[in-house]
Amino acid sequence: MHEVVIISGKGGAGKTSITGAFAHLSENTIICDLDVDAPDLHLLLAPTPLTQEEFRSGNEAVIDPSKCDDCGTCAAMCRFNAIELTKEGFKVSPLHCEGCKVCVEFCPSDAIDFPEKHCGQWSVSSTRFGTMVHAQLFPGEENSGRLVTLLKQKARKIAEEEGHDIMLCDGAPGIGCPVISSMAGTDLAVVVTEPTPSGRHDLERVVKLCDHFKTKVAVIINKYDLNAAQTAGIEEFCKANGYPVICHFPHDQAMTESMVQAQVITEYSTNTASDLLETAWKNMLNLLQDNSK
Amino acid sequence: MIYAIASGKGGTGKTTLSASLVSIWDRPVTAVDLDVEEPNLHLFLHPEETQTRRAYIEVPEPDESKCTLCRKCADICQFKAITIMGETLLVFPEMCHGCGGCLEVCPENALLPGKRELGEIISGTAYGNDFIMGRLRIGEAMSPPLMRHIKEGLTPKPSEDIIIDAPPGVSCPAISAVMDADCIVLVTEPTPFGFHDFKLAWEAFAPLGKPMGAVINRAGIGDTKVQDFCRNAAIPIWAEIPYAREIAEAYSEGAVIAQAVESLRETFETLRRNMQAATQEVPNA
Repeated sequence: MHEVVIISGKGGAGKTSITGAFAHLSENTIICDLDVDAPDLHLLLAPTPLTQEEFRSGNEAVIDPSKCDDCGTCAAMCRFNAIELTKEGFKVSPLHCEGCKVCVEFCPSDAIDFPEKHCGQWSVSSTRFGTMVHAQLFPGEENSGRLVTLLKQKARKIAEEEGHDIMLCDGAPGIGCPVISSMAGTDLAVVVTEPTPSGRHDLERVVKLCDHFKTKVAVIINKYDLNAAQTAGIEEFCKANGYPVICHFPHDQAMTESMVQAQVITEYSTNTASDLLETAWKNMLNLLQDNSK
Repeated sequence: MIYAIASGKGGTGKTTLSASLVSIWDRPVTAVDLDVEEPNLHLFLHPEETQTRRAYIEVPEPDESKCTLCRKCADICQFKAITIMGETLLVFPEMCHGCGGCLEVCPENALLPGKRELGEIISGTAYGNDFIMGRLRIGEAMSPPLMRHIKEGLTPKPSEDIIIDAPPGVSCPAISAVMDADCIVLVTEPTPFGFHDFKLAWEAFAPLGKPMGAVINRAGIGDTKVQDFCRNAAIPIWAEIPYAREIAEAYSEGAVIAQAVESLRETFETLRRNMQAATQEVPNA
């Protein structure tokens, strides 16, 4: 099985719209939304949950005021400034607490509990394009990387059971924790960019991350007709570094219109833009074939 | 006052807005790019006289000659950064959150404070104001520690403001960017993705109890669900930036749109006034 992740560095470059179209064009794919922080793929794919489970990860410190004797050891030792002295005594700010257990360990009165955190939920669902694994991290939570890893493990297992040959993942923006986790075991990162200073800058950083983890890269230039000079610059950069550009996609209103209709673009319109994505999908399959030789 | 420009969905226009606001702000203001994974504000503000320093996080460095393999450090570590394999203490510095627990708990002083590079902090000036940004080292997974370094250096004087360009999303990096702000501006676009992530952001940030307003970017594309939601939830819409190819092209050339697109000047002035009025309404904020 091949694992593909669609990323971009910059948010809003078109990752999810393109992942949705690829899910439609693919024939035997397990779909995975690894943007667990602000997932959107479900808005296009309208998944029907088959199973839904809680995601529990990490712990958080909670001070029991009946046992606390206000010594302040916890606040002094906390490196995250998560413990404050309030009118009601010392309190842990859940937003600041990193779950490191230092305060729990060193509290002389054993006054700090350390319950496990319920930080999100994840589902296996059916969609019109096949099985989908997805999740939602609760607001402000950490451990997105662990949730991404869990989703990938689950998707691999299902792919094996159902006999899929491709795992298609919608990734998160940025280059941090969830993106790094999404790259583990990935055969190809499809990087979506746009011909703007931010698009170019973020492309350069995210492909460096791919190189760092020895993940192969293919590039899609979205809205390529917005700025010809920027597009040429991106092409040059890709050529110089050996990253194949598998699609130039135009600035197309149909992208938004299809989203409003809860459809992927290749379902919504059969114009040339859709053909371009079909070619991109085939180019990508060829790259996967070449890679595995 | 500290103003955070945030959004659930990426690419809705946080940086565009931050750059424009800095360019028209009527008081001294420090521009802060806290989207350390993919910082972009400098691409529009072109800071000058920049200085770069590296930022680090403390991680344990084992002294094998002193270690008795008692496991206390491995037991306290919640992040799987220390383990004992056979007769060897193994430290995985990339996993460490820098809590210092292992150093405190070690009875033999066999762990010394070492360091891991988080990235760079770059400061300079732009539009006659201070500018500061973080740039996460490629391969570094954790952005909040670098963000903390940047925030610790910020001491707003009463006569000065701070505008923070926040990272996208609603998980820990986004929350840590907005939690010290006096006012949050939520930027979105009127599309199903924009609307969905706007609601997530609203749910995430509303409990912080800070004045919050919405900016609808690319108004006219998609639908009007964001506007309807704002009306029903009594979220003020502080500005609507219309969708226009002219604006998209100016942005693609690296222009600050409040400067490059004449018709937007008043839109941003109104936004600035709305933001400033929102922080005035909070007693003793």
